[in-house]
Amino acid sequence: MDLSTRYLGLHLQNPFIAGASPLGHNLDSIRRIEDAGAAAIVLPSLFEEQIALEKRARETHIDAHNETFVEAASFLPTVDDFDRSCDDYLQLIAMAKQAVAIPIIASLNGITDGGWLSYAQLIERSGANALELNYYDLPSDPDEPGHFVEQRTLDLVRKLRTEIRIPLAIKLSPFFSSLPNFVQLLVSLGVNGVVIFNRFYQPDIDIEELDVKPHLELSSPSELRLRLRWLAILSARIQTSYAVTGGVHSATDAVRAIMAGADAVQMVSALLRYGPDHLRNVIAEFAEWLGAHDYESVAQLRGAMNLKHSPDPTGFERANYLRVLQGWQV
Amino acid sequence: MSSGTIDTPTKENLALAATVDANEAVASVAYRLSETIAIYPITPSSPMAESCDEWSAKGKPNLWGSKPDIIEMQSEGGVAGALHGMLQTGALATTFTASQGLLLMIPNLYKIAGELLPFCFHVTARTLATHALSIFGDQSDVMACRGAGLAMLASNSAQEAADLACIGHAATLVARVPFMHFFDGFRTSHEVSKIRQIDDSVLQAMISEKAIREYRARSLTPDHPAIRGTAQNPDVFFQAREACNPFYEAVPGVVQAHMDRFAQLTGRQYELFDYAGHPEATRIIIAMGSGAETCEETAAWLNANGEKTGVIKVRLYRPFSITDFIRALPQTARSIAVLDRTKEPGALGEPLYLDVVAALAEARAAGLSRLECEPVVIGGRYGLGSKEFDPAMAKAVFEELRRERPKHHFTVGITDDVSGASLSVDPHFDIEPDDVVRAVFYGLGADGTVGANKNSIKIIGEETDNFAQGYFVYDSKKSGAMTISHLRFGPRPIGSHYLIKRANFVACHQPQFLERYDVLEPAIPGGVFLLNTPHGPEKVWEHLPREAQAQIVGKRLRFYVIDADSVARAAGAGRRINTIMQTCFFAISGVLPREEAIAQIKKAIRKTYGRKGEQVVAQNFAAVDAALAGLYEVPVPDAPCDGHAMPPVVADAAPEMVKRLTATMLAGKGDLLPVSAFTPDGTWPIGTARWEKRNIADRLPVWESALCIQCNKCVFVCPHAAIRAKHYSAPALDGAPEGFLSTKFRGSANGDLYTLQVAPEDCTGCTLCVTVCPAKDKSNASRKAINMAFIPEREKERKQYDFFLALPNPDPATLKPEVKSIQFAEPLFEYSGACAGCGETPYLKLLTQMYGDRLLIANATGCSSIYGGNLPTTPYCANSEGRGPAWSNSLFEDNAEYGLGFRFAVDKQMGIARELLTRFAPQAGDSLVRALLDAPQKDTRGIFEQRERVSELRRRLATIDREDARRLEDVADFLVRKSVWIVGGDGWAYDIGYGGLDHVISTGLDVNILVLDTEVYSNTGGQMSKSTPFGATAKFAMAGKRRPKKDLGLMAMTYGNVYVARAAFGAKDSQTVKVFDEAGSYDGPSLVIAYSHCIAHGYAMQQGLEQQRLAVDSGTWPLFRFDPRRVAEGKAPLQLDSGPPKVPVKDYLRNELRFRMKPEAAPAFEEADQKQVDARVALYNKLATIGAPQAPGEPR
Repeated sequence: MDLSTRYLGLHLQNPFIAGASPLGHNLDSIRRIEDAGAAAIVLPSLFEEQIALEKRARETHIDAHNETFVEAASFLPTVDDFDRSCDDYLQLIAMAKQAVAIPIIASLNGITDGGWLSYAQLIERSGANALELNYYDLPSDPDEPGHFVEQRTLDLVRKLRTEIRIPLAIKLSPFFSSLPNFVQLLVSLGVNGVVIFNRFYQPDIDIEELDVKPHLELSSPSELRLRLRWLAILSARIQTSYAVTGGVHSATDAVRAIMAGADAVQMVSALLRYGPDHLRNVIAEFAEWLGAHDYESVAQLRGAMNLKHSPDPTGFERANYLRVLQGWQV
Repeated sequence: MSSGTIDTPTKENLALAATVDANEAVASVAYRLSETIAIYPITPSSPMAESCDEWSAKGKPNLWGSKPDIIEMQSEGGVAGALHGMLQTGALATTFTASQGLLLMIPNLYKIAGELLPFCFHVTARTLATHALSIFGDQSDVMACRGAGLAMLASNSAQEAADLACIGHAATLVARVPFMHFFDGFRTSHEVSKIRQIDDSVLQAMISEKAIREYRARSLTPDHPAIRGTAQNPDVFFQAREACNPFYEAVPGVVQAHMDRFAQLTGRQYELFDYAGHPEATRIIIAMGSGAETCEETAAWLNANGEKTGVIKVRLYRPFSITDFIRALPQTARSIAVLDRTKEPGALGEPLYLDVVAALAEARAAGLSRLECEPVVIGGRYGLGSKEFDPAMAKAVFEELRRERPKHHFTVGITDDVSGASLSVDPHFDIEPDDVVRAVFYGLGADGTVGANKNSIKIIGEETDNFAQGYFVYDSKKSGAMTISHLRFGPRPIGSHYLIKRANFVACHQPQFLERYDVLEPAIPGGVFLLNTPHGPEKVWEHLPREAQAQIVGKRLRFYVIDADSVARAAGAGRRINTIMQTCFFAISGVLPREEAIAQIKKAIRKTYGRKGEQVVAQNFAAVDAALAGLYEVPVPDAPCDGHAMPPVVADAAPEMVKRLTATMLAGKGDLLPVSAFTPDGTWPIGTARWEKRNIADRLPVWESALCIQCNKCVFVCPHAAIRAKHYSAPALDGAPEGFLSTKFRGSANGDLYTLQVAPEDCTGCTLCVTVCPAKDKSNASRKAINMAFIPEREKERKQYDFFLALPNPDPATLKPEVKSIQFAEPLFEYSGACAGCGETPYLKLLTQMYGDRLLIANATGCSSIYGGNLPTTPYCANSEGRGPAWSNSLFEDNAEYGLGFRFAVDKQMGIARELLTRFAPQAGDSLVRALLDAPQKDTRGIFEQRERVSELRRRLATIDREDARRLEDVADFLVRKSVWIVGGDGWAYDIGYGGLDHVISTGLDVNILVLDTEVYSNTGGQMSKSTPFGATAKFAMAGKRRPKKDLGLMAMTYGNVYVARAAFGAKDSQTVKVFDEAGSYDGPSLVIAYSHCIAHGYAMQQGLEQQRLAVDSGTWPLFRFDPRRVAEGKAPLQLDSGPPKVPVKDYLRNELRFRMKPEAAPAFEEADQKQVDARVALYNKLATIGAPQAPGEPR
């Protein structure tokens, strides 16, 4: 059974990638993820805001106290450099590379054309095998037209592409007017793959304190449906690498995703819920399913049910929607 | 020294050139020549210890390739003990200290010298605390050690300090006598200048390996044992004590030989007594330290103008070599002035003077004198507490020597109108050469002015052939502090070690300073004035005060403006206008060609921001370019002056003393005050902080009365007592100024009103009040009952605040020990100089609200003594009856004992009053006397009632004509119970003062100890204490502290009869109030350990309350009360006030830079921290179930 696949030009021993999650903060869990059979790991995101805020915070709240008081020129020891979270991150990449043999995919999360982009180079230098740009935009300006948002993204990607040589993936949200067109433009700029989809953090409201509380709900397999539809559409139309993230919890979820056109699947919630070792079972079940269904390789499975190959292509387009609604009426 | 600094800018010299201060220069030598270093922080020597700790943490080797090991001790006394041990057992050891720290070392210094153990240590000479503390420089500390048997080496500049450090370390090994090397605190220790560094090869050539081998061979070891430290009896002690004499006799020769060797290696020649001046000088000054350089500079100028003067700079003060001294003295000398930077009240003269007099007499007697005539010798004092000593003062001394009967025991630099001892000084005398660029910069601490100026010095000093010098004067306030930078640049080494009085460049980085200070006073005619102002070149003139206009016109200054704040904002630099102002300085000062200067600034930017990427570098480059584009020369009109007048420094309503003294000091003119202005014993009036209106907040809290739930939490957390609440009856509103807000007082049955009022000119804008406010607009949750707003004009707010203050305060007896109620009490601690957002001061304010009218505070040296009692202003104040906290600071190490002394004396006087009272029962009335004796005085009402009784007693005593009635009147106020609080930080309580603290709580006496626990030595810059938590990085714990925080509370609990509590007002204010109430009411010792967030923790202070909450919620800072009174009720004395941990420890740790500075170690630290917290919480839970038996020795 050939479980191997190619994603972002990287050879993966199987299609299972541990997606960006807190598990990636810790070398022990990174090792456990590899031991459980993951073919690659995406490290947690370094946020643009972290890079900018660290610098600003350091200047405002640390440096501003320096050289102000007669008895002390400073109140903390000198640090050679102040972007601790950024340094932590680069160090994490380097340490992860030493700790495991599987490819390490770094992740940057940002939306503006700012100085943080140059961190991509540092990430590359730290040894990351690829970079995933977690494009997490939440437009709130009523004066900004939709095409501006797209253009901003494209400009950013163009710039980022020139910063690094390693493969670049972009993790998108489903909220684009014409996703296929947009993905096509991204690919034309040199993006090596698309990860669908971002799961937005959905903050909760504390009704007693009148406060907004950060909140993260782990994904459920039902979220896979949205992704399957777009995988099926995109993979049939645009040639690039695809990974799915959000809703892959079991071997059969992975089968569905790959059938819809994914080259790889990223798992997060299931690993957080059941621990990294869960992956071992999923991969075994995945291989078992392929065997039981006489598949010889993942390649054979990939795209089997995408828009091009699906026995019922309309199932992924509007007709399916109608059918479901009518079903409810019954 | 024949060639003091880098006189030839050769390639080789430039390679060794560095712009450093003496602290760094000396530390570099001492570190390389040491194997073990014991340290303890004390201003101004701490930077030397910090440098060594940093180098050691980075693994930097010493001269022999081994990394010196550093150990921080609990006090300088501990340092000296440890050093004694290190020296006894053969390590090359050193330390750094000053002032009180040096005094704590004295017993061991006698021992070390007595045992001829060689080492050299370094002292930044600093004033000893007498009538007041002074962190500044004079030589009273080193002079206090002159009997210890140390060799004493004095250096006068950063270069000399490095050189003599090397000579001291080398000579001690050969001479075996221990060496104290000292230089003036601040003036030398902190003056940045271009020096030539001492290369390793020089150190190698100076140090005798043979001497080291011999030293090691003498060390104590069981491999060839000996005994030292015996006790000797009258039969032999004396003779044995004299056995060391040959070693002392040899020291001068040994030192001179090392000086000569050093000169061969470096070209810099020193003598034991260096003479500088006319070869046939008739008038001579003898001095040590930086002042000697000023004398030399002055003598050179006078000699160039036809006079014959000279200076002897004493290098080796002990042992004092008469022969070498006489050799240095020109035989033409007719009159000699000996300058001492110390004071010995009651002595025949100060020490150096006495030594010189004795040396001349002995020389004469021994026939050594070469003098043509018998000189007149006078002695004088100068420069105490870093008082300026400039050429005008040196000239005054030379002038005095011209007189036939010069003044003996004079002072110079002050006006002494009490004893008439001072010399008159010509304030206009100036000898600074024209080719030296002299620049003075007025900046705000937070704007980065000093950092930029240090950078400019580096650029000029290290990248060009020019010489550079910088000296920085800081405020003693920790928020909104002004800095004044004095920079000199020139083609020759700079020997002027005093403030710039005549500047050819003056920059004012904050326009508001023009309203408060005579910023342009130092500007010379035709000089340049650069102002940062929001007003452009066309408009700026009309915004200048008349006084500034007059100076600009009168001196024909070239006037430039830049809107640096706008440029900084546009560049994303916030309030950091440093690079912009630096650019402007270079652009117009001409100290370097403009293009070259800009290139150097950009080079520095690339060095600083290079790793942040091209974008960040480009952003900063853009700021530089924008600065150049936004710099305008302002056409100066021919005549002034239509500007407004500078406002008075203090309000007209201020008391006469405040106008006369405080205002003068606030205006920066304190030097002009004569001796008669001061009390002879250091007593100072309280409550003067209210007259200094600093206006440092950009934005002010604004009250939304309709949303407010009147919880008074904002009042509680305000570190500066700048937001206050009152409730009052409606008629009190009569005459309220426009816009004065009030609302119905919740819970009032009689229609009372409530007002929450901000002190607009005293608020620091820290936003803690907004952070803590729990009341939100139900329809717009982003709006609270207090919100920050930009309020440029504050006149209306000022009137409102004045009106508010005049509203009646509540009857203290009606207040309950609850957060809301007690916050109506008038704070008797206000507007201190503490940091914006300080985590300590809310506790102190609460203390004054609960006990202020009967409170004595003994305050350990540290942050709380600095913001509590550093002139010019005093924040502790009295209530309308004239009662308020009686506050005093003794020392750092003795505070618990000091406060115990308060209690002991207060109790004794109460005892005397009670004894006398019983005698007066027949006359004063049995029932009154009985009531006075039996009054419980458990709360404020009880105190109030007792005061009434004392008043009645006084009335009755007034009619009795007996001596003991008068005696009773003297002590009658002590019949009212006093609350004694002993206040200090963790450096005091956990470390230097722990022995005393432990003893004091063991006495059972009724004292209350408040530990403001910031977990570091905050005041000296964040050095590790035993309170520093595991994993935290601090100075002296560069790699993160590897040992857990000492549990002071748990230790105190073991006595069983001590009330112990931990509080964190940001986490649970109600518990804090309860703790203060219980501690105060407990008739025995109480220990309150109060979590105090601090700038040394490395995060924004507005998050301080949230961090306190996380500290408690994570179990890192469990809240508890251990109340021995509960045992009698059959309950466990320990109660936990915080529930089980709700969040992991890392949620608390990760918000603070101190826990994140070592990213590679952080995960392990976090894990270990969590385990420690879990274990401690489990232990506390267990203890809380144990009903402790009654402790022996009940509280009294």
